Amino acid sequence: MALEWTSVLSFLIDGLMLGFVFGVAAMGLTLIWGVMDVINLAHGPIIALSMFGVYLLMGALGLGNPYPALLLVTLLALPVGMGIYYIAVHRVIDAPHLSSLLATYSVNMMLMGVMNAVFGGAPRNIEFSLGSIKLFGGAITIPTARVVAALAAVLIAAALYAFLYRTRLGRYIRAVTDNRDAAELVGVPSTTILALSFGLGVLLAAFAGGLIATIFPFTIFDGGRYELKSFVIGVLGGLGNPIGSLFGGLVLGLIEGIVPMFLETSWTPVIEFALFVLILLVRPTGLFGGKS
Amino acid sequence: MTVLLRVEEVTKRFGGLVAVNHVSFELQEGEILGLIGPNGAGKTTLFNCINGVYTPEEGRIVFQGQDITGWKPYDVARFGMARTHQIVRPLADLTVRENVMVGAAFGSHAWGLTEAAVRADEVLEFLGLAERADMLAGSLNVAQKKRLELARALASQPRLLLLDEVLAGLNPSEIAEMVETVKAIRDRGITIIMIEHVMHAIMNVSDRILVLDFGQLIAEGTPQQIAQNPKVIEAYLGDPKLAERLMQRGA
Amino acid sequence: MSQRKPALPPAFRLADFWPALPGRHWANWALPLLVVLGLGFFPLLTGKDVHRETMFTLLRAVVMAVSLNIILGYTGYVSFGHVVFFGLGGYVGFYLVAVQGRSLWEALLAGGLAAGLLAWLIGIGILRLRGAYFALVTIGVNEAVKAFIQNFDPFGGPLGLTMNFAVYKAYGGPRAMLQMTYYVLLVLAVLAVLLAYAVRTSKFGLGLLSIREDEDAAEVMGVVTPMAKTWAFVLSAVLPGMLGALFFFRNGSIEPHEAFPLHLSIEAIVMVMLGGQGTVLGPVLGAAGYQAMRAFLLTNRYLKDIQLTVSGALLLLIVLFIPAGLIGWLRRRFPASRRVLL
Repeated sequence: MALEWTSVLSFLIDGLMLGFVFGVAAMGLTLIWGVMDVINLAHGPIIALSMFGVYLLMGALGLGNPYPALLLVTLLALPVGMGIYYIAVHRVIDAPHLSSLLATYSVNMMLMGVMNAVFGGAPRNIEFSLGSIKLFGGAITIPTARVVAALAAVLIAAALYAFLYRTRLGRYIRAVTDNRDAAELVGVPSTTILALSFGLGVLLAAFAGGLIATIFPFTIFDGGRYELKSFVIGVLGGLGNPIGSLFGGLVLGLIEGIVPMFLETSWTPVIEFALFVLILLVRPTGLFGGKS
Repeated sequence: MTVLLRVEEVTKRFGGLVAVNHVSFELQEGEILGLIGPNGAGKTTLFNCINGVYTPEEGRIVFQGQDITGWKPYDVARFGMARTHQIVRPLADLTVRENVMVGAAFGSHAWGLTEAAVRADEVLEFLGLAERADMLAGSLNVAQKKRLELARALASQPRLLLLDEVLAGLNPSEIAEMVETVKAIRDRGITIIMIEHVMHAIMNVSDRILVLDFGQLIAEGTPQQIAQNPKVIEAYLGDPKLAERLMQRGA
Repeated sequence: MSQRKPALPPAFRLADFWPALPGRHWANWALPLLVVLGLGFFPLLTGKDVHRETMFTLLRAVVMAVSLNIILGYTGYVSFGHVVFFGLGGYVGFYLVAVQGRSLWEALLAGGLAAGLLAWLIGIGILRLRGAYFALVTIGVNEAVKAFIQNFDPFGGPLGLTMNFAVYKAYGGPRAMLQMTYYVLLVLAVLAVLLAYAVRTSKFGLGLLSIREDEDAAEVMGVVTPMAKTWAFVLSAVLPGMLGALFFFRNGSIEPHEAFPLHLSIEAIVMVMLGGQGTVLGPVLGAAGYQAMRAFLLTNRYLKDIQLTVSGALLLLIVLFIPAGLIGWLRRRFPASRRVLL
């Protein structure tokens, strides 16, 4: 199959932009893992909940674009995440992994149950248009909403970096990540910091979910798909290394952009998950180095 | 006497740190060898090299005439070497008897469960844990956990027993009891290397003593020779009282 | 000095898989067996098809939970993607019957064999990973196998395969087939319980428990951990593989989303937790209890819409407050019961 260079380029651009957005979702997952060694199995439903939150709020506010709603939902996600931590995670933070896996999965079940009862399984779509950007005299067209989403993803990644490395709370989070006992000894309020980190992880998931909702139609069950993607990205970028997730997202985006040029699209998940298993086996710290 | 264990030029590094630096020594069958040195001298790391937890970067470990360098810990164990850990590692949710049965069933003799249970009860009797056999190991106190650690190692009837600070955290009467136990174990024909910080005990029980400092073997000899060795006293200068005590014991 | 490794004792002998733990009580195997047989024969007493179908679902859960417990409860490795063995066994068995025209019996055998083989092949690699990394990699394996089968034409790709109903004639027609496969499932459930009991009270099982409690200490005591873990994984995979072959034979069709649903794995974990991980009786009771609760929630007028939420809340309460499960709690609360309850 002869490939036009323009279609190669548009595949790549598309893959990279989506990669950034998925990368932010994974960042939420891997931040939590890094700080407290907990895999948040409620990640998917939180993404889905955020999608529906943005959809409903946009309708309620009567606005022509979803971005103010996205901002509100994201801010709301922080206390929600902290609440989940205090209720479900705190008691099992030092228990064997099975306990925290099941505790977060129980939150998953509860959220899915509520969403199923309230929203049902029908697909939704956020209706708005920002037009599209044309490159090379119209040879490549990119929907503007995707560009906005990719930019927003990069922005929040930068904000997270600044928060972790330039603020006192951020330093506390890194201290708890490195050594919780030592951090406690020097007076870091570790429980609050753990809750805050969980809240931030949920916030990032919600933000990514909202962005995805501005690009693709969605159902309540789609959260699971993006959760699996987050696992793959998190492992690619190094579990526990939130900034690595952005690069992991890029790698995944590239794979999703390149594979369809050579194989049927349905092979993409085979390659992704095979890579996921392989990296966990060969280099569990990820391609970009994670927490050992 | 035959040589049971030969450690040749063993070196183990962690990044830039040389934890064990070209250490060599021989161990005769039936001996009790003491291994002392300040904290962080590399004693436990040397144990880990000997029983296969770590593979040394250089050097060889020869046990019963067999080069066992690079063997997995379970192969070393099945070849007749058992050890205890400085920080006790009871299998908390198993009973005391089951803990000891693991040692008997998977060690060098690979006994079946029925035989292993008999051996376990013998060892528990010998170490004074018999009445606690059906308790969960997690519910023992520290001194009992230390003895359990020893019981597990002993139950496999090893040729060589590595003891890592079995006396730490015990009170004086418990220490005296444990010293007698170690001697009794040797009298059963088991060769012993023991790491210890309780100086009077190790001076009393060892046939020979090795001193490690910063990963290097700085002295080797009888307890008397060690106590008068100026290098050893220097190594312990951080704790002058200890040097003093060493001198008194040796005198 | 000899350079060859001397003859070390074998890691495991055949006898090491036989129940030999001193002090074991006949009730240790009789109780779980009684529960399974009691549940299994209940629909035959009532003679109602609807009861039989309810119990089919329940016994299926028993086989999954009891098998999973070998790697999860005995060995301490959280196999999150355990459903991969159910799905793979299902596909292999279904392919043999529907495409190759083989019998159900050959399908059962092949399904179990395929699942065991997969466990053996991946086990050596992935069982090196500990804790959450192992849980993650099993999810990855399940998704990778599922995604592969969606592209695998002999298995029908994303659409899967369907059975020609004429196949059932050899088994006395569809009605008789439903009855007969129910008995087969009952046999599988009995086998699962006996296997779980044998492993739990064998020397091999003691090795697994020591790995669960402290893997490094177990190694130092001579437990050949890679081999022990791999065999535990294989033994926990074979019956789910046979179950898959049976289930989809009865179902008449198979497709990827039905064969590899992750939530089935997680439900099985919940059942094991509910009853008590690491015990023989626990997962049986956990499976029965979980299914009974689901049936109640699904038929309750007020709760059926939010049954998942209620299940989730219950799971959270158990994880937070009784992590040892029912049998584990009883054994701890009443030490005298330990002899009988295992």
